[in-house]
Amino acid sequence: MISGAEIVIRCLQEEKVDCVFGYPGGSVLHIYDALFKQEQVKHILVRHEQAAVHAADAYSRSSQKVGVALVTSGPGVTNTVTGIATAYMDSIPMVVLCGQVPTAYIGQDAFQECDTVGITRPCVKHNFLVKDVKDLAVTIKKAFHIAATGRPGPVVVDIPKDITAQMCDFEYPKSIQMRSYNPVVKGHLGQIKKAVQMLQEAKRPIIYTGGGVILSDASDKLAQLARKLDFPVTNTLMGLGGYPATDRQFVGMLGMHGTFEANNAMHYADVILAVGARFDDRVIGNPEHFGGEKRRVIHIDIDPSSISKRVKVDVPIVGNVADVLDEMLKLMDGGFKTDPEVADWWKQIDEWRGRKSLAYRQSEHIMPQFVVEKLYEVTGGDAFVTSDVGQHQMFAAQYYKFDKPRRWINSGGLGTMGVGLPYGMGVLMANPDAQVACITGEGSIQMCIQEMSTCKQYGLPVKIINLNNGMLGMVRQWQEMFYSKRYSQSYVTSLPDFVKLAEAYGHVGMKIERPEDVEPALRKAFTEHKDDLVFMDFIIDPAANVFPMVAAGKGLTEMILAEEL
Amino acid sequence: MRHIISILIENESGALSRVAGLFSARGYNIESLTVAPTEDPSLSRMTILTWGSDDVLEQITKQLNKLVDVVKVVDLSEAPHVERELMLIKVRATGKDREEMKRMADIFRGRIIDVTETAYVIELTGASSKLDSFIAALDAGLILETVRTGVCGVGRGDRILKV
Repeated sequence: MISGAEIVIRCLQEEKVDCVFGYPGGSVLHIYDALFKQEQVKHILVRHEQAAVHAADAYSRSSQKVGVALVTSGPGVTNTVTGIATAYMDSIPMVVLCGQVPTAYIGQDAFQECDTVGITRPCVKHNFLVKDVKDLAVTIKKAFHIAATGRPGPVVVDIPKDITAQMCDFEYPKSIQMRSYNPVVKGHLGQIKKAVQMLQEAKRPIIYTGGGVILSDASDKLAQLARKLDFPVTNTLMGLGGYPATDRQFVGMLGMHGTFEANNAMHYADVILAVGARFDDRVIGNPEHFGGEKRRVIHIDIDPSSISKRVKVDVPIVGNVADVLDEMLKLMDGGFKTDPEVADWWKQIDEWRGRKSLAYRQSEHIMPQFVVEKLYEVTGGDAFVTSDVGQHQMFAAQYYKFDKPRRWINSGGLGTMGVGLPYGMGVLMANPDAQVACITGEGSIQMCIQEMSTCKQYGLPVKIINLNNGMLGMVRQWQEMFYSKRYSQSYVTSLPDFVKLAEAYGHVGMKIERPEDVEPALRKAFTEHKDDLVFMDFIIDPAANVFPMVAAGKGLTEMILAEEL
Repeated sequence: MRHIISILIENESGALSRVAGLFSARGYNIESLTVAPTEDPSLSRMTILTWGSDDVLEQITKQLNKLVDVVKVVDLSEAPHVERELMLIKVRATGKDREEMKRMADIFRGRIIDVTETAYVIELTGASSKLDSFIAALDAGLILETVRTGVCGVGRGDRILKV
């Protein structure tokens, strides 16, 4: 017999978890004691529980494994909610283990008590409160199973302190059967045949892919399919890297800040092959405007509720993206031919490309786009790039050409500022030798800046690219364009000296103010300071805006382009 | 359109809040909701009366199916079914109203299940519209209290919702 706390650790070992991100406290002391007595599971002590969950999230995004966070009850749990909701919106598999007050105290307003299951319920795939030590191992097994299968997502396991002290035999279930949970994997063959037929008939096709391709590890299959079809490919923000950005068939990201060619191609396509994407508001803009065109839609998604939610779908295919694409490729083996008119469609797309919608003017100041382009060059396009949320996120998505999946780590769905630095930590724990750049702004970075201390403790050499315009840039952009330049609360007048701040945490700080210094600074950071965290404070043109832009409520073809202003 | 959704769900604590939370979070209507364990005590059966377009109903059933604790979901109103609701209604029963109340209960095939000097409690079962008609037929001033279970229903014949 071993204690509940030891069971928790044994379960993590059985799941081959090599590292957990967490923060100790009263309710999890037994668990931390059990953690102390072994070496297989490493622990990263963050400075705020929110960062533990973000780091576990990025660990998962960058590695395909399930990220794990461990926090105490009450405030420990409430601090994780932003991180859990972030992972939920982007369908990231994660297990969050939470301490809870002893069973007998639940409901008594005990010290550091909160209704964990109730608070997290709307932003988890599932959650559990363990009421009997005999259920502990099987519950943790279920948590990992649910998190990683079907449409992935975060699962919370709430463990009262007395349960972790009780003794019980330990046996970890090899597999798990749940009558209420049997996610579909294979797509319906009849539907797949219909889809293949429709692709043959398409004259103005587009392949529109999202985060599902990455979660399903289907980028190779997608590339095979795209090559076979020779159709244009566009990615959502979450789908970047799912198809090589440097490929001729790639027309760029689509949506609110998508390219001119991607948005037009999406809008005027006669057949859309949607793969692991969900037609959300940032992607298709105004659904009425989008619905105005006649077209047929094939939609592959593992979650039936994502299909026909915002856009009516003609051929729904519920299944794991990789399995469905595999089946499609098999069906295309004999006698498959696309329509010759697709060549005219490519001519049209090349004409749209000719607008060069990502061109930007240089100025005497450093342009943020330029920094991202230089970062791409210096890192050979091979870095893991995390970002926060705002203008810098869009610049990163537009100008860093991701050729591989799991390299672009950002909060697409929830849009959580502050994720960038803890995301960098999570990526480095999963990929210790990787080059990791965190593209951020002076607003976002200050939301989790305390994690510079964690990076020091564990030697995590994140390269922070701070695109500092002294403004909450995206807010300012909207105020400039839609609120008659009334810059309400969107600028900061008392920024810290980031160089000194980085140095105070024991890291390297640099301030870069001239365009010609951008590249040397980046080179220095990634060579001389390869093993250091480097905080690069780029003072950028405060007037830079993100274009193209589809304003809220507008249609995809109603883009505002840079030169129109 | 009015729809009756029947759900088989694991009889775990918090199962009800998952369903109720889903409806409120996504802005779906709940007209009534009933829940109780089935002949298999590990399963509960929930019946929800809701309103919405076909698109909304499609989303409701898909979202319900996505809940990990939900075993099966059926839209009963898609095919032949029977539905019932139970109401207990307490009415003033004094003077000439006492006889009138007895007569009304008989007409609607209700049963008087509690009698005091001043009040009756009438039990009435039937389609919701019948319960509505009964309330409408009474003098509103005489109704002291009503309580209704909400709709429950089953499919007809071979349409069976079971694990």
